[in-house]
Amino acid sequence: MSLKKVFALALHIGVHLAALLPLVWLFWAVPAGELGGDPVEELIHFLGLGALRLLLLSLLIAPLVKYLQIAALFKLRRPLGLWAYTWASLHFFAWLALDLVFEWGLIAEEIIKRSYILLGFSLWLILSALALTSLPRLMRAMKGKWQTLHWWIYPAAIMGCIHFWWSLKSGWFEPAVYLLITLVLIALRKKKLLGATAR
Amino acid sequence: MLIKAKKNLLESALTPESVYSERRTILKGLGLGSLLLAGPSQAGFFSKEAPVEVPAAAKRHALQYEKTSPASPLVLTPESKILTHNNFYEFGTGKTDPFKNSQGLELEPWTLSVEGEVAKPGKLDVWELINGAQKKGAQLEERIYRMRCVEAWSMVIPWIGIELGQILKQFEPTSKAKYLAFETLYDPEQMPGQQSRRIGGGIDYPYVEGLRMDEAMHPLTILSVGLYGKTLAPQNGAPIRLVVPWKYGFKGIKSIVKIRLVEKMPPTTWNMLAAKEYGFYANVNPAVDHPRWSQGSERVITEGGLFSAKRQKTLPFNGYADEVAGLYSNMNLKQWY
Repeated sequence: MSLKKVFALALHIGVHLAALLPLVWLFWAVPAGELGGDPVEELIHFLGLGALRLLLLSLLIAPLVKYLQIAALFKLRRPLGLWAYTWASLHFFAWLALDLVFEWGLIAEEIIKRSYILLGFSLWLILSALALTSLPRLMRAMKGKWQTLHWWIYPAAIMGCIHFWWSLKSGWFEPAVYLLITLVLIALRKKKLLGATAR
Repeated sequence: MLIKAKKNLLESALTPESVYSERRTILKGLGLGSLLLAGPSQAGFFSKEAPVEVPAAAKRHALQYEKTSPASPLVLTPESKILTHNNFYEFGTGKTDPFKNSQGLELEPWTLSVEGEVAKPGKLDVWELINGAQKKGAQLEERIYRMRCVEAWSMVIPWIGIELGQILKQFEPTSKAKYLAFETLYDPEQMPGQQSRRIGGGIDYPYVEGLRMDEAMHPLTILSVGLYGKTLAPQNGAPIRLVVPWKYGFKGIKSIVKIRLVEKMPPTTWNMLAAKEYGFYANVNPAVDHPRWSQGSERVITEGGLFSAKRQKTLPFNGYADEVAGLYSNMNLKQWY
């Protein structure tokens, strides 16, 4: 194996471990009481924040490739994006199963009535579309449309930050930092994005 | 996310709450309040049991009290959950932050000053009260109450305390005393949330709360100094806190240093922060939704592990309507939420 391939493989393994190990940790941490005596809320936050971090990491790849000139990094976008979707789905599922205990009437009511939940749900639908169209066969079939659809990752990242902001009872510092990072990441891709929307 | 290693968890106590009262009787007899030692934890991620580690109880000691609550059909929330699931923004906004960050809080001495519209303003020595040296035969008693948080979760807690009305009488409220204004300790050196708006969730401290005089004098309203047979842990509002079981939990101001009797409705912390979300009265009311949470039902924090979550219908006045609805008979509760 060439050095390049070893490097690329190491990067992939790094991404998978970084996304998987915190989930494995939960299996120990929850019964050990690390998330408190009632872990539901902390667990939902942990999963949601993790999803947002992975999403932002996936947006960091393109600027990194540009400045570091390491093309191998490009291949990390797909696993990062899919892991972000996995974490977001676990976050959504934890809310459904552990907080609202599958009371579908209440779930529907909450999604409609609470703007931060409606926003989070919409975001999850967008991420679902992006994840589904990451199947190689669909990617090929969609051709140019694929890229157009996947520009949605940028509005999705902003929505994630606002969902986080609105979900807080008080305070704004942490979501503001995430939003700032997102805006910087978008600014770094300004030319590409403007080109794409002008088309 | 970094979470501190569990060096705080010194004791592991396997104490099913069903045998709690039985064991408590024995322990009371032996005078062994805090030594609830038993075998190691066996709980797993999918197990039906909750984590059973009870955090170190070094700061808590056994209390002398009368068990006056009639035999309660309510299932107690396990002590470990009451100790590690708290809202106390002075120590951080996460549910486990208060437990992690409050253990160094200096509790002795502690004086509670009662002032304003009273004939005999003065300072109450809280530890004298706790140690039962209170004059006039004021006794600590146990009250098993539902606790409903505005965030749509609930617990059942065996508080130990004294009726607020009994304490107030000693200071002789004047006819001008219409409301009470409570204040939590302000000590940024001990309370990281008061040092930094980021840690403290952007709240202006000290935390303040209020009650109407008739609410304060109601026999259900207590100043609590303990739970589960022992003095309060800092994260639960040690050494003395308010418990008003028919109101949302945020009314239950913690670590109180001052009660001022006043003529006009005093400002309250969450109301100042978001008046549309948190009213002065904050009576538990399933018919009035909070903008963030439906208040029609609640997740019960009770025995059991992660996957034994339960929801139940929320009751008007948190189940205490028979006792307290009369206080509000002339009020539109949709307007005065």
